[in-house]
Amino acid sequence: MFFINGIGLISPQKTSETKEFLKEVIEYHADYLTCIEPVYRTYIDPIAARRMSRLIKMGIASARMSVAEAGLEMPDAIITGTGLGSVEDTEKILAEITKEEHFLNPTPFIQSTYNTISSQIAINLKCLNYNTTYVHRTFSFESGLIDGMLQIEEGTASDVLIGAIDQMTLNHLKITRRIGLWKMQPVNNLQLMDEDSPGALAGEGSAFFVIGAKPVPSTYCRLTDAGVWINLNGSLKINKAVEEFLGNNGLTPGDIDIVMLGNNGDSNYDFLYANLADQLFPGTAQAWYKHLCGEYHTATGFGLWAAANILKHQSYPEILHLNEIQPSRKKNILIYNQYRNVNHSMTLVQSC
Amino acid sequence: MPQRIFITGYGIISCIGRNIGEIYSAMHEGRSGLGRLNRIDSALRNEFPVGEVPFTNEQLFSLAGIEHREGYSRNALLGLIAAKEAFKHGGLDRHPGMKTGLISATTVGGMDQCEYFYEDFLNNDSKNAYIDSYDCADSTEKIAKELGITDFVTTISTACSSAANAIMLGARMIRAGKLHRALTGGCESLTRFHLNGFNALKILDKEPCKPFDQHRAGINLGEGAAYLVLESEESILKTGNVPLGELAGWGNSCEAYHQTASSPDGIGAYLAMKKAIEMSGLMPENIDYINAHGTGTDNNDLSEGRAIEKLFGDKIPKVSSTKPFTGHTTSAAGSTEAILSILCLQHQVIWPNLNFREQISELSFSPVEKMITNIPVNAVMSNSFGFGGNDTSLIFKKVILNINNKLTN
Repeated sequence: MFFINGIGLISPQKTSETKEFLKEVIEYHADYLTCIEPVYRTYIDPIAARRMSRLIKMGIASARMSVAEAGLEMPDAIITGTGLGSVEDTEKILAEITKEEHFLNPTPFIQSTYNTISSQIAINLKCLNYNTTYVHRTFSFESGLIDGMLQIEEGTASDVLIGAIDQMTLNHLKITRRIGLWKMQPVNNLQLMDEDSPGALAGEGSAFFVIGAKPVPSTYCRLTDAGVWINLNGSLKINKAVEEFLGNNGLTPGDIDIVMLGNNGDSNYDFLYANLADQLFPGTAQAWYKHLCGEYHTATGFGLWAAANILKHQSYPEILHLNEIQPSRKKNILIYNQYRNVNHSMTLVQSC
Repeated sequence: MPQRIFITGYGIISCIGRNIGEIYSAMHEGRSGLGRLNRIDSALRNEFPVGEVPFTNEQLFSLAGIEHREGYSRNALLGLIAAKEAFKHGGLDRHPGMKTGLISATTVGGMDQCEYFYEDFLNNDSKNAYIDSYDCADSTEKIAKELGITDFVTTISTACSSAANAIMLGARMIRAGKLHRALTGGCESLTRFHLNGFNALKILDKEPCKPFDQHRAGINLGEGAAYLVLESEESILKTGNVPLGELAGWGNSCEAYHQTASSPDGIGAYLAMKKAIEMSGLMPENIDYINAHGTGTDNNDLSEGRAIEKLFGDKIPKVSSTKPFTGHTTSAAGSTEAILSILCLQHQVIWPNLNFREQISELSFSPVEKMITNIPVNAVMSNSFGFGGNDTSLIFKKVILNINNKLTN
């Protein structure tokens, strides 16, 4: 069995400064949602921090928060999922080499390398154990969960640190707006459902989880399973994948108390969530979270944080409700996500 | 007993050849693929030799067997060519009921197109087809789609050890029963982006690289792709594939020392090699050959050499770096060198470390200078170490087959 024993989350909500579960919600009217960052000197030596770009600091700080909460001294593995790594560093290099190829500053190059986050966390924690980085769009975090659970099953690890981290920049927003990923104007995040227009509301975040083989006093819930599916054509195949995934874990859709969906306000794709919810989960409480954190490749990290908190606190804040149904109990939560109807992923969590 | 993992297919493209046959001939003839950068319009093209695949993108489309398409990066083309060769070799199109995954590795991703079109990306709508090809997942998804792999698809990036970690994950997923077969490896194309990045770090050699030489002066970057088909013993019973080698051990460790430099004592390298050996059930003296990471930088070769000394004591196996043949293909290096290691097991040869003149004064050993043939090679260690101290070591073992090409116990 696997347990979520600690979480650190830096997000556009006040998740890094308070343990309260969405008591206060931040409203934005913006092109994209930006993280509320903590004071870093608690987590990183200020001299080292000065050279680090924003995403790397966010990664180290959230990793340290999760390890501290779990009361863990040293993880047996560090696994990071990031769709794009430090985009701001990549952009710096691109801007430079477009003009002039010599005299490049090496720091942005080093930091743009995707595995920098995972290895900087290892340096910060002085952790010489297994370390890797997954960089596959919306599979990045779930690939990390799959790897981490394997580590524990293999007996090579009992506590694994797994992260979901991505950032947004103005340039990246501008470029990826051209291929229809995002809303063309600033929107109100709390009215995202009323928009009914193509494109998602972009966001960012860094969530790190300590997954342990044994529960500890800070345990949130059990992490039961995670999986990724590519090119499932049509709702029937999606439904089948969901039923098979639940079946492998001894459950049916009727056993799910809350289905946590990846709706992001994109009228081109949100119907896929509606289809799944209508067809397999009509009488189930349906939740969403991307109005709080925005859409990004590893946004399911925020979703897993929300699901884990629902189970730990046995509370289901109204801001997450996507339908009117109140769950009669809060035991089994399925997180389902899709990206452009190509990448589908699921994570199942259960109360202890 | 955990499932044994076998390699039953491979495919490769690099500056020394466009398939396994060509690569083997080039290695056998001692022919390096390093030369002048022709294809990229870079200010560095006359300064640093590289291992460039000697084909235009148009030619690569034809080698990949697909029509020219907008939005295809060179990285994806290289990946597709090697992945297709391995796919066919391993017969992955047969036995459709078996769970088959693709685990690919890349770091620069589709930057080869992105760096040309970045201005267009920012300022006009003319090159939008390439926006999606910029990230690491793009080449993987294109390969998966062309080959029809759907059961499990993901991408790993740990800089220069990426492909070794992809091979490792494939093996672990097969062992865990999550997959029957896995196509694993990596691809990387040369870009101005990382040529300039490595140049900024002052670790590129202006001459052909000289790994493990006292006067080594850095890396020559290369490009290419290499993929291996992994299968369990159980799967081989169904597919009837002939195993080319066994993946007997793997180890991954992070140095937690510095973002780009290796620790002076090579602790990460040592731990990765040690884990791999322990898992393989072999003793250090059973390793016949180490295909070293051997980049040719001051730092790597000394640190890797010290780690080898610490692990193997006074019984240091034959060691060579094959990067003077292929250049350092970064995210494709792990799988490229895995294939070169398996070729050693199959043909009972040990590859030379080209350009070597003088032993590193701090080390007790020299690499192999001339190709050795007719030598028993039963176990090979392949090292891949990346920025950030992401170190991975793999061990391949020769497979003993009976007269019907079946495994013997």
